[in-house]
Amino acid sequence: MSAVGAAPRRVLAWSAPVLAALIVLPFLVPPWQTVLLSYGLVLAIAALGFNLLLGYTGLLSFGHSAYFGTGAYAVAFIVKYAKVESMEAFLLGGIVASGLVAALFGVLCVRYTKIFFGILTMALSQVLWSLAFKFFWVTGGSDGLRVPTPTLLGGLVQTGGDKQDFLSRRYYFYVLAVFVLAVAVMWVIVHSPFGKALQAIRDNETRAEFVGVQVWHYRWVAFVISGVFTGLAGALWVPLNGLTTPEILHWTFSGKMVFFTVLGGFQTFFGPIIGAIIFNYLENWAVGYTVYWQMVLGVVLVVLVLALPAGIVGTLRRLLPRPVRAV
Amino acid sequence: MIVDLLKTTQLTKSFGDTHAVDHVDFTVAAGEVLALIGSNGAGKTTLINLISGLIAPDSGRVDFQGTDITRASIHHKIGLGIARSFQLVNLFDHLSVRDNVALAIFSREGRTRRLLSLADADTGVRDEGAAVLKQFGLDGRADSPAGGLSQGERKLLDVAVAYALRPKLLFLDEPTSGVSTREKAPIMDIITQVVRSGGITAVIVEHDMDVVFTYCPRIIAMHQGTILADGSPEQIRSNAQVTANMLGT
Repeated sequence: MSAVGAAPRRVLAWSAPVLAALIVLPFLVPPWQTVLLSYGLVLAIAALGFNLLLGYTGLLSFGHSAYFGTGAYAVAFIVKYAKVESMEAFLLGGIVASGLVAALFGVLCVRYTKIFFGILTMALSQVLWSLAFKFFWVTGGSDGLRVPTPTLLGGLVQTGGDKQDFLSRRYYFYVLAVFVLAVAVMWVIVHSPFGKALQAIRDNETRAEFVGVQVWHYRWVAFVISGVFTGLAGALWVPLNGLTTPEILHWTFSGKMVFFTVLGGFQTFFGPIIGAIIFNYLENWAVGYTVYWQMVLGVVLVVLVLALPAGIVGTLRRLLPRPVRAV
Repeated sequence: MIVDLLKTTQLTKSFGDTHAVDHVDFTVAAGEVLALIGSNGAGKTTLINLISGLIAPDSGRVDFQGTDITRASIHHKIGLGIARSFQLVNLFDHLSVRDNVALAIFSREGRTRRLLSLADADTGVRDEGAAVLKQFGLDGRADSPAGGLSQGERKLLDVAVAYALRPKLLFLDEPTSGVSTREKAPIMDIITQVVRSGGITAVIVEHDMDVVFTYCPRIIAMHQGTILADGSPEQIRSNAQVTANMLGT
């Protein structure tokens, strides 16, 4: 399962050309395509965080909108109250805020597993959603809060000019850099002794305890890391969207994270990334195609999941010869 | 004065009306490899569960190296050097055989908290893990997922994972259950040899006395939650009570 035993060199060998393609892409496609891909990369970071719990720790969260939303609202509050518009401050704020919320919620949730864990995570995320909805003088209620174009790298990168141009070039590369860093860090985490301990907990909680792994403690740490990655994604998402609304705190958004992670293949490291990017394209295409887009999307996704139960990447791995199964 | 490595005093556990372990006094001296025998339901596994911390006793006391550990956490007991294997194999099925053992080594060294180093890049753990697998004859299967092993191999790996913790006291709960009669002796050969060469004190639980007869100089027979007899294999075999309750069945 996952990338057990995969040599870093092998992963680098095929991810280098993918990265090269991602770097030249903005020069080949129209700006809106690049912006769309930025959304996909942001969701992929959220999926990476989400899958540390599902794929590696065996915990299905139905409340990850809480951390994505916390990241996004943290950015909006920084703009509203601190009048700061630096992207680095946004990321830091998003990481700290989502980390704190995940630490608190995690204490309650990691005592449970399976459906009880899922329900509790969902219930807690709905609490945040209702707060964002009701405390409109702080959160803007259903109108949400606006977030302007941020300064990048402490003002080193020019931010003026056309917004579309900013988002499709400078901001895209910023998102791409954070994405690459997030993937690298998560890859190391799941291949670290800590990552192995999480997989051990997933496979056999009792035995993990008898090997000396303190199950609750490790689950909690995984929960916090997972929340931080998802919060980081939320912070990156707001400048793209220009606005944060309570919808990203709603459980249906958590459901999307579950969906694209399963779609890509939660038993693989790269599956959730691919799933998030493809889901983002599918959703965008369906919205533009028909007003019944949710139905179209639903049908497409049901067919994909039925046809590829191991997910897109999981199915590809089975088809590929063994030496290239680095994914 | 020589302190016993392990000592239980009036250890008791009931499940409803069943006295699974009934006021058991039991000692293990350092360096011993002894067998705990008894028919199914005699209370052998419950006794081990009580000592290792999987379940809490109703009353009584467990001392390890002269210290009361009756209510200590599993984690604490493992830290003190008490490890166990399981009758129904308990492995990390999706991890490789190598990683099953490596995890025990990382845990023993307190390094499972490390987030930002690659487990596979640790040559020390890798070499030690390879050596353990070789001792158990599993070196050829290092890269297979644990879930893909044969039953006999799984039983060995279960013991290897516990052994990799380098415990002072190792409980082996029916290490040959579920494997064919032909495989039992080779598995016992490997396990007892590894345990003895490592200087580990071991308690081997078995319901079939013939399996342990040649391996353990001391045998304890349990019946209905109590200790029926404690002695050499010859003494156990000639014990009328044991014969009536166990060997005859």
